[in-house]
Amino acid sequence: MHSLLDVILTTDFAFSVLRVMTPILFAALGALISNRAGIINIGLEGIMLVSALTGVVVSAYTHSAWVGLLAAAMGGTLIAGILAFFTLQFKTHIILGGIAINLFASGGTVFILYLLSGDKGSSTSLPSKVLPSIDIPLIKDIPVLGPILSGHHVLTYAAILAVFVVYYLLNKTPLGLRIRSVGENPHAAQSVGVSVMKTQYIALLLSGFFAGLGGAYMSMGYLSMFSRDMTAGRGWIALAAEAMGRGTTLGTSLTSLLFGAADALSNALQVLKIPAELIGTVPYIATLVGLVVYAINETRRKNNKKLKSKSQPSAK
Amino acid sequence: MFRTSAVILIALIVAFLIISLVSSQPWHTIQIFMFEPVSSKAHIGNVIEMAIPLMFSGLALSLLFKANLFNLGAEGIFYFSGVVAASIAIHAQLGNWLHPAVAVLAGGLVGALLSAIPGILKAKWNASELVTSLMFNSILFGVGLYLLNYKLRDAKAFATVSYKFQPTAILDKLVPGTRIHTGLIVVLVCIVAVHFFLYKTKWGYELRMTGINRNFAEYSGIKTAKVIILVHLIAGFIAGMGGSIEVLGMYNRFQWTALPGYGFDGALVAMLAKNKPFAVIGGAFFLAYIRIGADQMARMSDVPSEMIAIIQAVIILLISAEQFLKFFKNRMLLREAAKDA
Repeated sequence: MHSLLDVILTTDFAFSVLRVMTPILFAALGALISNRAGIINIGLEGIMLVSALTGVVVSAYTHSAWVGLLAAAMGGTLIAGILAFFTLQFKTHIILGGIAINLFASGGTVFILYLLSGDKGSSTSLPSKVLPSIDIPLIKDIPVLGPILSGHHVLTYAAILAVFVVYYLLNKTPLGLRIRSVGENPHAAQSVGVSVMKTQYIALLLSGFFAGLGGAYMSMGYLSMFSRDMTAGRGWIALAAEAMGRGTTLGTSLTSLLFGAADALSNALQVLKIPAELIGTVPYIATLVGLVVYAINETRRKNNKKLKSKSQPSAK
Repeated sequence: MFRTSAVILIALIVAFLIISLVSSQPWHTIQIFMFEPVSSKAHIGNVIEMAIPLMFSGLALSLLFKANLFNLGAEGIFYFSGVVAASIAIHAQLGNWLHPAVAVLAGGLVGALLSAIPGILKAKWNASELVTSLMFNSILFGVGLYLLNYKLRDAKAFATVSYKFQPTAILDKLVPGTRIHTGLIVVLVCIVAVHFFLYKTKWGYELRMTGINRNFAEYSGIKTAKVIILVHLIAGFIAGMGGSIEVLGMYNRFQWTALPGYGFDGALVAMLAKNKPFAVIGGAFFLAYIRIGADQMARMSDVPSEMIAIIQAVIILLISAEQFLKFFKNRMLLREAAKDA
């Protein structure tokens, strides 16, 4: 008889949380950067998918996993660039643009996969490469922590590193300041000489870059091949993580970890015969509740402010 | 109108370019893509069958877009209402025409109630209807799939499908030799009703004003919160009926194991139609036409049907690009100005 705690309180489970979190974290960091610049990129799901395929195809033809990774990141940036071009130059609505990217990716990747491999389901016939996992010398010998933290895929470590990079970028660099000011109030930013368009371009390209790394992890780490629609909603979860993390780097990262745990849990709980379909909805329900609580608080705060500003003149 | 035609023309040119790059017999393939959908009664039937759910979701999305609400929840509602209608079709014992009517109305009501939740959250607390509706899609899919797997699934069937619907529940066919079903009449009635509602009633006027500028509408005395909830209820009802009708009109078991995609397709149809109810018919038929063309092309030539995804992306990007033609016009103006100077 298994119990819930038996499943969760194992090093294997903690290890799998980090493993499952990786693509969500990458995409959520991408969502964070573009949202802070005031432009919501709902094409993350599609960008990840395109990058996952790009990584597999390029690594298969160049026989190098690292070239594949580079191509995947570039592919993600390129798709984000197309989205940026249309939304910023042609004034396509950003949400509709994102929908277009997602539609394009889910069909377009299958189209290209079929042309290259003659298979519409997966890329098993392409000899693609996988990025390595790394044992960390000292940590791997520590009991309990060792098996959790060591031996992960190289991109899992990169994702954790990226948290610090993004935090530094947003909070300590001139570019970060510009991104935040454009997101906060584009007119004010413009009036002090910040180019809104250029800043939003950069933010969208960066979001595509990070989502691209997440996509590369899906097909060159999490699995060792591309299969159709393999991102399976992780781009949406990432948007949710960003929304629930309230636009902070720390909040976004912790929520990604939480969603990773919920995802890993849904895998683990299949042992306990709790339907996976229902467990799979847990991250979304959590996000919904988090969003509503946040929205209610915001509305209250605004109403209080209004009341105060109304009562002030009479006090004078 | 001119811009929509220009976009469609560009999209078709892109389609031809892709075909000529990929196919070994490009001319033959293009002919299949262009003319196969109208080559026989069965194929014309296919186009009309496919246009029915597209009209439902396009109509629902048009209403929401018209009120300036970016709710993409039609996707999940289509699925979940389909499950609701399917369970009534399997379990209830009702008369010949009453059975589908009850199933479809139940699907519609469930859709309206589910859709109201993001509406209320938006109206009362300004929670982004985009994010909440996307979350709802995943939640409704999870719960719907659970119901399919644990409550409705026919263990004797090889695939993941429900028990067979009772024959009384299945929608009647309108044209012999095709699968065109009575859902076509329902959706056309809905379109007329929505047109009347939008342009001839006070509520429709309030809806349009709220869509143009919510603050202004509020100051001129319109209760915009009420309007937002009302739009969500109606759009959810339409999407719910669409899902139910699609399930009862086209299948004899419930067999969606993934979200059917009609919610996002609806966004495309609404954009082609510029959110006008009657134009939804044209948008849905155009999309259905190129899809059936692509299906036939995949069957009869060497180009896979997924090509259509690329065309759709091109259409969405260009059609919602407010500055698309202006951009080139401005550039031409600038160039001429430079010449004169």
